[in-house]
Amino acid sequence: MPQILSPLPGTFYRAPSPDQPPYKADGDAVAVGDVIGLIEVMKSFHEVTSEVAGSNIRFAVENEEPVMAGAPLADLD
Amino acid sequence: MLKKLLIANRGEIAVRIIRAARDLGIATVAVHSAADAEALHVQLADEAVNIGPPAAKKSYLNMQAILQAAADTGCDSIHPGYGFLAENADFADAVAAAGLVFVGPSGDAIRLMGDKVSARSAAHAAGVPVVPGSTGRVAGIEAARHVLIDTGFPVMIKAAAGGGGRGIRIAQNLSEFEAGFPQAEAEALAAFGDGGLYMERVIGQARHIEVQILGDGSDAIHLCERECSLQRRRQKVWEEAPSAALSDKLRDQLCASAVALARAVGYSGAGTVEYLYDDAADQFYFIEMNTRIQVEHPVTEMITGVDLVAEGLRIAGGEALRLTQRDITARGHAIEVRINAEDPARDFAPFPGVVGALRVPGGPGVRFDSMLYPGYQVPPFYDSLLAKLIVHAETREAAITRLQRALSELRIDGMKTTKPLFQALASDPAVQAGAVHTRWLEGWLTENASRLGAAES
Repeated sequence: MPQILSPLPGTFYRAPSPDQPPYKADGDAVAVGDVIGLIEVMKSFHEVTSEVAGSNIRFAVENEEPVMAGAPLADLD
Repeated sequence: MLKKLLIANRGEIAVRIIRAARDLGIATVAVHSAADAEALHVQLADEAVNIGPPAAKKSYLNMQAILQAAADTGCDSIHPGYGFLAENADFADAVAAAGLVFVGPSGDAIRLMGDKVSARSAAHAAGVPVVPGSTGRVAGIEAARHVLIDTGFPVMIKAAAGGGGRGIRIAQNLSEFEAGFPQAEAEALAAFGDGGLYMERVIGQARHIEVQILGDGSDAIHLCERECSLQRRRQKVWEEAPSAALSDKLRDQLCASAVALARAVGYSGAGTVEYLYDDAADQFYFIEMNTRIQVEHPVTEMITGVDLVAEGLRIAGGEALRLTQRDITARGHAIEVRINAEDPARDFAPFPGVVGALRVPGGPGVRFDSMLYPGYQVPPFYDSLLAKLIVHAETREAAITRLQRALSELRIDGMKTTKPLFQALASDPAVQAGAVHTRWLEGWLTENASRLGAAES
């Protein structure tokens, strides 16, 4: 089962800004290189791009939750 | 005099404020997020209160949690530090409404000067020169297009409620403007909860020069200027006092204009009036006022011998200004560099690591303001500032030599930091000659960034 891991420690965001829709809705398909969220590390924002492809994305981390580097952010089929 | 102070901040500035309070015999209460339970400010304060989860929004920006902590611990006052709630007028009002002293200006003064649009109008009214731009907030992109007639290109789009480089775009032409305006709006809304923007002409090569002021609500004095032209992405990295670029005549005009503005708005506490200085035109322009203590305040303390944080606490406690303008004399030259948890060899990527062995510089004319200790886990949730290395010497040249000496003493094992950047800058001929402007560093970095990893010793 493909998994997307957090490249960095910090705070995870699913949308580019609070008033915009999430990069990926639950259940969306993901291609290699797709942005699936942002990690805020020390006030700088880093896009999380998927290195794997799959369908039916399921997030393992809530929006605005802290994550560790290497922690699973989402599972794919 | 204040009796018990809650410090609504973290990191080096919380430590700095605790020290000043202790020196004045004021008891201290630290607040912290769950991620900061082991932080130095928590260790040093008389008491500490956990105010919430790691995200700043749920802890250091949570007004109710902070006010509750102050009530629970019997504090009579709250110091906001810088960042977080420091320039939040509603917080200042809420502190006052709770019967506590807010260490800083009134909510109304923060509202007036913190909103860059009304600050600009206030500066203009006080006779301070301002940069050509919108007369107020621009009501959407359609109105903004009309402002372009006055400003031309390049034009800066800035968050009215902004700070720290967020909510800012520079457009060189119309297509960059059309793309940048909505981005700045979204960023401003996300960062400050206020998407209001204003616009200003970008002044070509200019220095960033700012004046430190202290006011007690009726009188105000200045404590000379600082130059902070070395910036990366609009974040200051190296600050000095005084500015080597100003003539005595212009320095007097600049400092007098800052005092006039502070008096005009009945300013109370420590504040900074920021200017752009155009060398070629020998002209300065007001850009904004910061209604709080600033990161770079120590360089002013080094040349004037005044403890700005302590003076701010005294004023908050109801004392009138103890110093008159004649009491302020500048001696020598001071430089501060910001040691950030960033890897300068990898485009300043954040480096939230664990501090190993630590060797702190010392000796004559050296000051190290920090929250570091061996074994400290630097959390990823807040800004990257680890320490401020400040040096003071008789001349600018001697201060740079002393900075090189102090940097060679500094060792922070286990972390990537901006130390190699400052080693390289301190030996750069343009920096040594003071021949810099606010965009100089970014140009220098495109040439030199790749060798910054190797400069570490």
